[in-house]
Amino acid sequence: MIKEIKIPEIGESVDSGEVVAVLVSKGDMVEKDQPLIEVETEKAVVEIPSTEAGKVTELSVSEGDSVKIGQVIARVDTEGEGEEAGQEAPEPEEEEAQPEKEEKAEKEKAEEKEDKAKEKAKKKEEQEEEEAEAEEKEEPEEEEEKKKPAAKKEEPEKKKPAPKKKAEEKEEEKQLAPAAPSVRRLARELGADINLIPGSGPGGRISLEDVKRYVRHIIEGGRASMPEAAEGIKEMPDFSRWGEITRKPLSKVRSIIAGGTAQSWSLIPHVTQFDKADITELENFRRKYSKMVEKEGGKLTVTAILLKVIAAALKKYPRFNASIDPQKGEIIYKEYYNIGMAVDTDRGLLVPVIRGVDKKSIFDLSVELLELADRTRDKKVMPDELEGGTFTISNQGGIGGTDFTPIVFWPQVSILGVSRASKQPVFDEEEGTFKPRIILPLSLSYDHRIIDGADAARFLKWVSEALEHPLLLDFE
Amino acid sequence: MADKNKSIKLAIVGGGPGGYAAAFLAADLGMQVTLIDPEKNPGGVCLYRGCIPSKTLLHVAKVVNDAADAKEWGVSFNKPGFNAKKIRGWKDEVVEKLTGGLGELGRLRKVEHVRGTAKFKNGTTLIISKKDGSTDSMSYDKIIIATGSEPTVIPGLDIDSPNLLNSTTALDLENIPKSMLVIGGGYIGLELGTVYAALGTKVSVVEMTPSLLPGVDKDMVSVLSKRLKGMFESIMLNTTVSEMREQKNGIKVSFEGQGAEKKAGIYEKVLMAVGRKPKSKDLGLENTQVEVDDKGFIKVDQTRRTSDPNIYAIGDVAGEPMLAHKATHEGRVAAEVIAGHDVIYEPRAIPAVVFTDPEIAWCGLTQTEARGKGIDVKIVKFPWAASGRALTLGRNDGLTKLVVDPETERILGVGIAGAGAGELIAEGVLAVEMAATVTDVGMSIHPHPTLSETVMEAAELFHSHSTHYWRPKRKS
Ligand SMILES: Cc1cc2nc3c(=O)[nH]c(=O)nc-3n(C[C@H](O)[C@H](O)[C@H](O)COP(=O)(O)OP(=O)(O)OC[C@H]3O[C@@H](n4cnc5c(N)ncnc54)[C@H](O)[C@@H]3O)c2cc1C
Repeated sequence: MIKEIKIPEIGESVDSGEVVAVLVSKGDMVEKDQPLIEVETEKAVVEIPSTEAGKVTELSVSEGDSVKIGQVIARVDTEGEGEEAGQEAPEPEEEEAQPEKEEKAEKEKAEEKEDKAKEKAKKKEEQEEEEAEAEEKEEPEEEEEKKKPAAKKEEPEKKKPAPKKKAEEKEEEKQLAPAAPSVRRLARELGADINLIPGSGPGGRISLEDVKRYVRHIIEGGRASMPEAAEGIKEMPDFSRWGEITRKPLSKVRSIIAGGTAQSWSLIPHVTQFDKADITELENFRRKYSKMVEKEGGKLTVTAILLKVIAAALKKYPRFNASIDPQKGEIIYKEYYNIGMAVDTDRGLLVPVIRGVDKKSIFDLSVELLELADRTRDKKVMPDELEGGTFTISNQGGIGGTDFTPIVFWPQVSILGVSRASKQPVFDEEEGTFKPRIILPLSLSYDHRIIDGADAARFLKWVSEALEHPLLLDFE
Repeated sequence: MADKNKSIKLAIVGGGPGGYAAAFLAADLGMQVTLIDPEKNPGGVCLYRGCIPSKTLLHVAKVVNDAADAKEWGVSFNKPGFNAKKIRGWKDEVVEKLTGGLGELGRLRKVEHVRGTAKFKNGTTLIISKKDGSTDSMSYDKIIIATGSEPTVIPGLDIDSPNLLNSTTALDLENIPKSMLVIGGGYIGLELGTVYAALGTKVSVVEMTPSLLPGVDKDMVSVLSKRLKGMFESIMLNTTVSEMREQKNGIKVSFEGQGAEKKAGIYEKVLMAVGRKPKSKDLGLENTQVEVDDKGFIKVDQTRRTSDPNIYAIGDVAGEPMLAHKATHEGRVAAEVIAGHDVIYEPRAIPAVVFTDPEIAWCGLTQTEARGKGIDVKIVKFPWAASGRALTLGRNDGLTKLVVDPETERILGVGIAGAGAGELIAEGVLAVEMAATVTDVGMSIHPHPTLSETVMEAAELFHSHSTHYWRPKRKS
């Protein structure tokens, strides 16, 4: 049956309003009380809910229309109810933007630019050194190191064309770096491209300190860490010569991932160590306790157990929890165990961090892990929850695959990749027969500058063995 | 620094807000500066026949309108009498005072002011035809073109009649006509229409496009349209003037389009305000390497340098938006660049203000622009009906809106329609330039009761937490 949905009484002395948003579209399944449109009145924006459940067969208003109390705004077919229930109404604000513009970055050679930056910055530094000792105490070195990783993550990789040399070029549309005019000016004076500088403030805002830190970083030889400095960036071919193409801008998350992984890849000499853990016993253990954990709203997964195992391993092998500072020739050991979990979201890979893993029980970790992963997928994770990790676990077990070589998440020095566990025949020496065992493939990528192959083999062996003997784990 | 610049001989052609700002800063930076302009003092279009005279008259209009509004609150005045000569005198006095002041500021800075017009003989030489009839040929190291713009006319409608006005002659306020047709619903037409309407002229506006202030966000224009409808005799949209004929008592006008038949007839005066064009002709640019685009704007790079290495261009002649404050900023950039500073012109937010009543002001990214370019933004609007201050002023016809990046929550643009919007927009400019987030603005305490609170409350609305406006939280 088709039913009319009307604008109800909204409030005293309100008889009309303006439609500011239409929340459903024709053909959508709606539930009773689900908001259909938003109407702006003099004092408030009011959601007009559907009084029926079913399928929207007609929607007679659109954004900007003015509507009166009692006016029919939609018709809903109640017969259709239930068929496709649960289908979400699309969020108008979330509509994928499809900018047509395409930034054609005029590229000066990265090299040249860096050199200029270096030269200029050096000059400036020299001047400043003479004039102000205040500079020194302004930024304690240690502080700086702590801040760096956080800032790095924000690294926007978008490129801005170098200041035009030729007058023909019209100014193009470009993403505007979030920085105050004075900050932009300083960056320019120091020869740094503001669009490449990671911002540490809210909304990625770039401060004067961020600029100085970035420039100092270049001077100190960290040029390889600058995504731009990746050598041999060549012009893209014109793909449309061979067929239809569509260009879409990189999303913010995507550019951050692109910048981060490229930087890790160029900065860290990667080696990956493989091993296999027999988790047959662990699976029994997991099944036994999973009910109990579920009651608390968690889910006892291999990852939750791995967190605990890794924290113990990191304590035993502290280098895996460290960072390397080649400029100062130092290793920075961290006395805390914050483990990042790679979460696959529709925006791309995000790595929320679980803090103080060594101090939490598997039980607590199970609950926190589930909750954090959910929030990450729902875009509710806070930026600071993505910072401060000392080690990362990337579990692809839910998807499949036998092994993979994860990229270390700079400035961390190692990352554990987990693939899908499978039943495999394993030869039992004592009984002289093959037995079905559950085998979990592990890959450990590490930074060879600070970790040697033998250490990595030992670390991963230790982890495998710990997984094989779950009874040694403290559960509560 | 100043010493180094002493040897630089700089000429600036045109003494408007672009030219004199460049001249003053260049002189402060130590250069030898010559400013060439036909007028006795610096000021250009803006001071002699643009911003300043129009705003002086608009203030007169405001006083008249406010007095009329007061009737509703129990205060009535006699019908105002107007003395065109005295109003004109008041306006001229303001212009005189301001331009005289600029002349003095130039002299104090030892800027050489040459009365006359200049033409390029080559890239570094100008031929100056002086006011006193003599001609000079002078060479300079650098030259800045700041010749501004002039009104355009519709070809075919450019009849020779003392009753056909442009913005300049309209500002002269020769008399107060009984009726006036304003051709063009842009800001200049609406501002001058407002002046004449307040003085008792029956003003009609004809606009070719479907909306007044083409390009400006609809919701803001509609705030203004509502009041203008009461003020103007008629507003014809989607209508063009097809013919104008000089008659004894005015100009006979016929129309084409929507409003065609209705308003055809005789208007005592017709004001043509259909836009402005850059003054790049007759400058002898063909003797230089300067390039001009198809609209007549001189092509410049981010430092405001033209294709000729020694020539810069700023202000209206160098591109949109044609606004005084943009010209001034460019002038200062060019002067700094010539002094060897590494700066560029890269504003994030150029405010635009329409000084009608209510005023309309915006800066940064507009909603219309975001939609056109497919940029994903969230719009928050705070209607002035919910502002205490607006009510005390009897002016709750207003709207404050923010264009926000949904991801970083950074404010990308601000639009304000309402009494005093022009003053309020400055906060928006600062917010956009500083890359402020909605939280920054929402957490900055604004004085109560003021209209500036609408900016704060709009920011709070982003998280649906405005104190004086209620908006349901959208489930995500
Ligand atoms: C009615 C009206 C109202 C306006 N209101 C506003 C407003 O409220 N706010 C705002 O921001 N803008 C406003 N504007 C626009 C503003 O006036 C211009 O954007 C601004 O004046 C541009 O400055 P400029 O320095 O580029 O050149 P101009 O101010 O146009 O000055 C150019 C000068 O160069 C001189 N010149 C030209 N050719 C030569 C030559 N060959 N040799 C020597 N001198 C030459 C001209 O005589 C003139 O004095 C208004 C304009 C008009 C017409």
